Amino acid sequence: MTGQAEGFTTAAGASLEEGIAEWRAYLRRRPGIHAADVDELEDHLRSQVQALQHAGLSEEEAFLIAVKRLGELDAISREFAREHSERLWKRLVLGADGAREGRPAHRDAALALALAVAAAAAVKLPELFGVPMRFDEELPTFYIRNASLFVLPFLAALFACTRALGPGHWVRLALPFAVGAAVINAMPFAARGHTELLAALHLPIALWFAVGAAYAGGRFREHGARMNFLRFSGEWFIYYTLIALGGWVLLALSAFVFGAIGLRPEPWLVTWVLPCGAAGAVLVAAWLVEAKQGLIETMAPVLTLLFTPLFALMLLAFLLTMAWTGSGVAVEREVLIGFDLLLVVVAGLVLYTVSARDPARPAGVFDVLQLVLLASAVLVDAVALTAMAGRISSFGASPNKMAALGENLVLLVGLGWSALLYARFLLGRVPFAAIERWQTAYLPVYAAWAWVVVVVFPPLFGFR
Amino acid sequence: MNIGKDLVAASATPLVLAILAEGESYGYAIIKRVAELSRGELQWTDGMLYPVLHRLERHGFVEAVWGSSESGRQRKYYRLTDQGAAELEVQRRQWQVVNAVLQGTLFASCQHVPQWG
Repeated sequence: MTGQAEGFTTAAGASLEEGIAEWRAYLRRRPGIHAADVDELEDHLRSQVQALQHAGLSEEEAFLIAVKRLGELDAISREFAREHSERLWKRLVLGADGAREGRPAHRDAALALALAVAAAAAVKLPELFGVPMRFDEELPTFYIRNASLFVLPFLAALFACTRALGPGHWVRLALPFAVGAAVINAMPFAARGHTELLAALHLPIALWFAVGAAYAGGRFREHGARMNFLRFSGEWFIYYTLIALGGWVLLALSAFVFGAIGLRPEPWLVTWVLPCGAAGAVLVAAWLVEAKQGLIETMAPVLTLLFTPLFALMLLAFLLTMAWTGSGVAVEREVLIGFDLLLVVVAGLVLYTVSARDPARPAGVFDVLQLVLLASAVLVDAVALTAMAGRISSFGASPNKMAALGENLVLLVGLGWSALLYARFLLGRVPFAAIERWQTAYLPVYAAWAWVVVVVFPPLFGFR
Repeated sequence: MNIGKDLVAASATPLVLAILAEGESYGYAIIKRVAELSRGELQWTDGMLYPVLHRLERHGFVEAVWGSSESGRQRKYYRLTDQGAAELEVQRRQWQVVNAVLQGTLFASCQHVPQWG
């Protein structure tokens, strides 16, 4: 199915929902068109498709004709831009973009801010119940266990509110948080046990997918919704990193200026400003991503474009060096975790390249590079894994090693299959959409593994 | 018959205002009404209606609210304001003049044709 006249194309055999999702994404990238405009046009498109289907056309034909009747998207976006020329400028001003009629941007901003304050307050709430944070003492594990529970429910609530979800959705969204909170606080962990730390590390990952369900407004089964959430996650990460950098500068300078007048603000900064700021920033970053969609949207793809060749080069150099010198991989837990991180980074690079790529574009040099990156990462990891496999069994299975090993396998399968699909795509056997779909279809596996580490690992290893 | 782009554009404002004077409506229904009124002679590029609606909204001739369709989809409804009704009246008078002039020249010569036959 082609729609060259409309300026965008959809893969053959794509369903109506996918077609509309692609059409939306294409339209959304045009300057001068807001999300609300796209919603309005989508309603039109769907009405037209419905009417045409009633007249006896197939879904695909109806979609094609409806898109055609809507007119050339470039011309429409030009009209929109002419009518709303101020938008092109207001995009640079906070809140002007993404505003919806009936849902003014400042209301979303106020909501996000209120929830950020609530999250910040939630972090300090346990203090009232006798779990203090002290500057010169180690942080009680209560905070480490519950870190994500202070913040992510508020983030899910933000999305549930802005998407006006019904009470049924709220209940379903609350469920994972309730289960997570119950499980992680009810388990009789040994003092400073490994399983406790592992559960604390994996709970945020597991709950992030619950946030995704809220973000998708209850349509998390749909490929397009998941892809949008992945894009959101990438941009959120960039914003959060930027805010964290700024926050760090703020803390360092406050410590310095108060120190200059003979005060010692560090205890207060570390027990109040740092935790509250870190919690609130999660919501502020999320709101920024939503409000300023389109401004920094190009950041994640640019970063991946920059680093994909560099990482591919690094991995190839590593493989060659290893083959040349014949040196093996040391068998330490840290090494295994290091390789896990490597796979996470590669998975992230692939995800964002895939999410930013126009699925209709034919295979190019960058896709070859992507395959090189994937194949070398998988190869490097496979070498490391086989070197360690034998030794791990003889050292005994500690929870840390098993978690690291499990992660490694989960990532390896995901990346291995991606590499295979990329190869088949380059050979012209499958459309690019197959790679895209695999990325989103595999997401629940990550969530499932995170839940396994949270729920199954502690009892399995006797809470040590 | 293919009606020129300029003519379609010029008639869009009074037509949309007149249709909204019949009652609250939304984009797709307006397009359908235009096709109905013109028996399919007036072909709009569907997407072009929306910038027109937004322009009318900016001038305060119509107001928009988000509601939902029968199937629960988000839908933006437009309603004529008092200012819009006044504008419609202005447009009506302007078009009456144009119409009268055309009647006196363009169409007058047409009506002679049967007499010659």
